[in-house]
Amino acid sequence: MASLDRVKVLVLGDSGVGKSSLVHLLCQNQVLGNPSWTVGCSVDVRVQDYKEGTPEEKTYYIELWDVGGSVGSASSVKSTRAVFYNSVNGIILVHDLTNKKSSQNLYRWSLEALNKDSSPTGVIVSNGDYDREQFAENPVPLLLIGTKFDQIPENKRNEVLTRTAFLSEDFNAEEINLHISFPFSLQMTGFTDRKRFNFKSLHYD
Amino acid sequence: MSFLVDSVIMFTSQVLFFGFGWLFFMRQLFKDYEVRQYVVQVVFSVTFAFSCTMFELIIFEILGALSSSSRYFHWKLNLYVILLVLIFVVPFYIGYFVVSNIRLLQRQRLLFACMVWFTFMYFFWKLGDPFPILSPKHGILSIEQLISRVGVIGVTLMALLSGFGAVNCPYTYMSYFLRNVTDSDILALERRLLQTMDMIVSKKKRIAMTRRQMYQRGEDQNKQTGFWGMIKSVTSTQTGSENLSLIQQEVDALEELSRQLFLETVDLQSTKERIEYSKTFQGKYFNFLGYFFSIYCVWKIFMATINIVFDRVGKTDPVTRGIEITVNYLGIQFDVKFWSQHISFILVGIIIVTSIRGLLITLTKFFYAISSSKSSNVIVLVLAQIMGMYFVSSVLLMRMSMPLEYRSIVTEVLGELQFNFYHRWFDVIFLVSALSSILFLYLAHKQAPEKHMAL
Repeated sequence: MASLDRVKVLVLGDSGVGKSSLVHLLCQNQVLGNPSWTVGCSVDVRVQDYKEGTPEEKTYYIELWDVGGSVGSASSVKSTRAVFYNSVNGIILVHDLTNKKSSQNLYRWSLEALNKDSSPTGVIVSNGDYDREQFAENPVPLLLIGTKFDQIPENKRNEVLTRTAFLSEDFNAEEINLHISFPFSLQMTGFTDRKRFNFKSLHYD
Repeated sequence: MSFLVDSVIMFTSQVLFFGFGWLFFMRQLFKDYEVRQYVVQVVFSVTFAFSCTMFELIIFEILGALSSSSRYFHWKLNLYVILLVLIFVVPFYIGYFVVSNIRLLQRQRLLFACMVWFTFMYFFWKLGDPFPILSPKHGILSIEQLISRVGVIGVTLMALLSGFGAVNCPYTYMSYFLRNVTDSDILALERRLLQTMDMIVSKKKRIAMTRRQMYQRGEDQNKQTGFWGMIKSVTSTQTGSENLSLIQQEVDALEELSRQLFLETVDLQSTKERIEYSKTFQGKYFNFLGYFFSIYCVWKIFMATINIVFDRVGKTDPVTRGIEITVNYLGIQFDVKFWSQHISFILVGIIIVTSIRGLLITLTKFFYAISSSKSSNVIVLVLAQIMGMYFVSSVLLMRMSMPLEYRSIVTEVLGELQFNFYHRWFDVIFLVSALSSILFLYLAHKQAPEKHMAL
């Protein structure tokens, strides 16, 4: 049981975008009924069959580390958060499609997680300008997830989808937009069968 | 003619204050959120603009700028507008946004918002009963009724903030209270945190694997027929689910522990940063200020107690008293009138600027701590309400700091309120707030090293 390989994935994003709900949904196959503030980090595990049905099928434990907080937190909080960023295999960046600021803050989140090794205290020393080159040669794959798609009125949906497409290009990441509609269904644009959502993107070279 | 010029000057300054409030809102308060409802931003900036205009009018009063009739007119106008905003507009919008957040009442938003507003008005009116704030010659619908109640709320807020600030300021500035934190302490805590996380992960892996096996076995279960098959399925699932709930309980306990460890680590990190800061030049300067402020704080508490015990109300303001002392005891002769004007201008100016700045900083901190994307609108409006009431009552209380000739305009405009009551009430609440802050900080300070030692 414990001899299965593990894959550590960070789930990052601003407060209130839906990271805890997302993680709960992926691991427990249920909608989180009473979401509350995540203090520190909450981890959940999913057993995943990689390349199911093929001869290379392998079962992994996927650990989803849901780190709470905001980019504007005090440097003491940032230094403490940095202990969770060790030996990460992949990062899921979550943003709220109804809140533009949460998308903009994703640059800072990714810098915080990826630059952890370059400054010993874990505190970011960049001036906030991201560099596409940095993300192009980035060894850690990124997945961009947009939540609350159903809360956007019909006429604005195209605009939002265009904006997020640019965002995912900047990160060189795959992108998924989620409707989490009442009461218990998860629909994703671009993926029809939920069971087939198999984290293929985590295994880039 | 001069009235027109004065009005233009006042209007320009109001627009400037409005712009400042707008910028503050966008850059500081709402820097992590998207502004969806511009109404909130407008209301906030309007409250800020009219509050600052009141302070500006006091300054003009002291300096003697603009003609006195136009000053009086603008005072009255400003007062009516700000009372309108604080009593009608802001509470209504607070009720509206609160109701909008509750899904059930979405349809009849306006109706429920009006109901909330009426409830607010009822309690607001009732507030005036236990306090001896009005003389019987005031009618029921006079402006004094409204100002007196706003004054009570605002003075309470001012005294609470003031009391807590007076105690907290030396506590944070002085490095005497800083606990000694070494790097190894922090590393040890971080290691414990990661160990706890690993334990949580391994238990969750067991849960996930057990559930997966149960699910797979469950599918096989349906294929197994016969009597023995059914008995086997009952016993195995029972132990399976019992195990699961046990492990789940352990996981819950570990998660609570991990949260505690995280918070403690953050605490230690911030203490370490403060220690480093106190070694710098700025840190030393603040440390020195801390000693100075602690003496000031003790003196203020002492004065508040004396005022209450001896039922003393200061008759003269500090400026005139200071000038009297220098003239009588030190024998320095100077032009009293000229200097009293300038000194009160400087003193009042400092009080105004520091109270505005202090309030905005406190509001910002408060906002960051408690707001979320859903409630940000409501919280900003509540803060605007607090800010308006705070500024109105500081005008009320500032009357005491000004020499007699400048007090008259405030007395005239605000009507005949029992100003002495407000000062007494301020002293009482200040004392209560300062003493309970001392108690609270003492307990918190004592508790922390014990927690730290237990690790």
